[in-house]
Amino acid sequence: MRARPPGPGRGGRSLGLTALAAALALTTAGCYRGAGDAGNDSRHTLNVLMVNNPQMVDLQRLTAEHFTKETGIKVHFTVLPEDDLRDKMSQDFSSQAGQYDVASVSNYETPIYARNGWLSPLGERAAKDRTFDQGDILPPVRSSLTAADGKVYAEPFYGESSFLMYRKDLLKAAGLKMPARPTWHQVAGLAAKLDGSRKGLKGICLRGQPGWGQLAAPLTTVVNTFGGTWFDKDWRQQVDSPAFTEATKFYVDLVRRHGQAGAPQAGYTECLNDMQQGKVAMWYDATAGAGSLESGGSKVAGKVGYAPAPVERTRAAGWLFTWAWGVQKASTHQDAAWRFVRWASGKGYERLVGRELGWSRVPGGKRASLYRNPEYAKEAGAFAVPTERAINSARPRDPGVQPRPAPGIQFVGIPEFADLGTKVSTEISAAIAGKQSVPEALKKSRRLAQEVSDAYAHH
Amino acid sequence: MPTHTTEPAPAADAALVPAPRGPNVRARRTGRAKDWARRAPLLPALVFLVVVTQLPFLATVVISFTRWNALAPDNRGFAALDNYRAVFTDPAMRASVGTTVLLTVTVVLVSLLLGLGLALLLDRGFRGRGIVRTLLITPFLIVPVASALLWKHALYNASYGLLNGSLTWIWRLFGSEHPPQPDWMTDSPLAAVEMSLIWQWTPFMMLILLAGLQSRASDAVEAARMDGASAWDIFRYLTLPHLRRYLELAALLGTVYVVQNFDAVFTITSGGLGTANLPYTIYQTVYQSHDYGRASAQGVVVVLCSLLVATFALRTVSSLLREEVTS
Repeated sequence: MRARPPGPGRGGRSLGLTALAAALALTTAGCYRGAGDAGNDSRHTLNVLMVNNPQMVDLQRLTAEHFTKETGIKVHFTVLPEDDLRDKMSQDFSSQAGQYDVASVSNYETPIYARNGWLSPLGERAAKDRTFDQGDILPPVRSSLTAADGKVYAEPFYGESSFLMYRKDLLKAAGLKMPARPTWHQVAGLAAKLDGSRKGLKGICLRGQPGWGQLAAPLTTVVNTFGGTWFDKDWRQQVDSPAFTEATKFYVDLVRRHGQAGAPQAGYTECLNDMQQGKVAMWYDATAGAGSLESGGSKVAGKVGYAPAPVERTRAAGWLFTWAWGVQKASTHQDAAWRFVRWASGKGYERLVGRELGWSRVPGGKRASLYRNPEYAKEAGAFAVPTERAINSARPRDPGVQPRPAPGIQFVGIPEFADLGTKVSTEISAAIAGKQSVPEALKKSRRLAQEVSDAYAHH
Repeated sequence: MPTHTTEPAPAADAALVPAPRGPNVRARRTGRAKDWARRAPLLPALVFLVVVTQLPFLATVVISFTRWNALAPDNRGFAALDNYRAVFTDPAMRASVGTTVLLTVTVVLVSLLLGLGLALLLDRGFRGRGIVRTLLITPFLIVPVASALLWKHALYNASYGLLNGSLTWIWRLFGSEHPPQPDWMTDSPLAAVEMSLIWQWTPFMMLILLAGLQSRASDAVEAARMDGASAWDIFRYLTLPHLRRYLELAALLGTVYVVQNFDAVFTITSGGLGTANLPYTIYQTVYQSHDYGRASAQGVVVVLCSLLVATFALRTVSSLLREEVTS
């Protein structure tokens, strides 16, 4: 099957292609298995499906020269944007067509795919593999790639949490001090004082662009620490509960009063630009943003301080996200696939990137050893320790004040969340734009969440 | 594109009329053979066209009647009309129909007017006309996603965009430190999407209308001028009637393309604030709900509506072609 994913811009007709492809995939599923002999694993080719992030593109560049040279295993990469990747992956894995041996899965998909029986467990192989050193993987990252049956189903490539980035120089000039462990209300107070303290300066940048991977992520961490949740442990929706409402109101008010201009369309990229241009004094977002703020071309390099994600009722509030490698159960090249995974997720690869491309390009956030590496510390000095702390304080199975029905900090680990989070965040984004009130937005959201509740209630 | 023969197809003809006896049977037969000899080389292309365009659509129609959500691999089956019921009762879908119509009509009309103005200007001779024409066409050649990104970041962005930067600069010229800094994409989200599309589609309209203007015989205009007609009269009674077909063609082609627009909505507003059009809504059904059955039903409905529009478009084009042939 080599049908292209649907180009969304071409209306309904392109869906037809996908549909045909899918229909054919249905008829051929179960009888088609990847060709090749499982006995001789170093002679053939691996098919790897991965997301088009820069770290992955670096990996693609380094594979032939290093991995293939060492092992003799050729690797064919298919690189796609996140949405296309998820679609292609769920099609290939759900039919167990075995077209891809290895795929980049995040901690959102891993437990779901594992429960569907689509992934090979990797824990035992990793434990036997002395050089891989499974114990070196940061515990929250490992736990987020562990399924309900207690087995590890994916190995991390890089990991991230969220924290508060702030301009040390601007706080000092305004005579303010960032607490070591700020609460959200303290941050709101700082934002109010910093807002307008210089011409054109806003207090804080918070995402407002609709999307389960945009606005819904930071907002959900605020909801968690205010004592709210999307669902209680019996799958009753809690979207219009007092805690969820209070957190959403707080977030919307803060960004409307002291947030960046153009908030309803501002996502990660816009906030990064605002912070780099000196338009905002604080930014609560992914730890990955720090690398860009401290990079060579940045105007604010060296002026940024890092505080843990602000809290209210929990000890920590940072999110946890990781792109990892999963091996499809139907793949006939399990051994070669593992060799690729241990290479890409291993310590050696981190050193290789540091040597070849520079330490700032290393896919970090997954191994404790990287943070003890002096060369890496020199490059990422300002944010290395805060990043490691943020990831280590994340608790994907217990991120709030109440037991949860599914794992996940900034998302709910169920397949329906992508749709639910996107639609609800679209309503909340409209509240940030002032087109409706927060209670109105949540009233509409409640109906959407209730559908998911109904689907899971009889589980 | 298949050529339209005005004569009735001989095959149908023969089926209707009982074959008369006599010498013209043979003549007819050889005529038919000749017809087929002419068509035969085209057959592979026709078969190929049917296979690559119609079979997938048939598959879409079939899937639109099935219960198929990728999130629930075990729960697949025949859904009868459930998907279509869902499509017609879904408020998001209904809203996106309105959005699509509004977006399309606005973009097509405004870019048509601007394109007409530019075409009239370019129809005159002046130095550097070639360069100006090339520059005006450029927006149409830019990759849609790139142009949407350009509008979102470089122009509209409220804190580092060019529009607000220009306002600051102008106000500073007059010594004011407090320029207005409107938040373009929030205050008028649909207009922001429309603006970027108008910028993209105006050159397309201009090209078609310019071709129309240049195909006009100049003697009629000169005669009118000799008779003392004003420029407005010439435009009103000579140019506009001549351009009518070109205007129709440009409008219909533009509509067919703009209805399908996805990039601008996806990039500039992510479908928020009431800007989600039909393609974006279908995209969400596929990529976020993973509901292939419902997405196919949405696709089928949209294709049927598009067919209506396309029929008109093709009719206009073919009448235009006929006129070209006869004149």
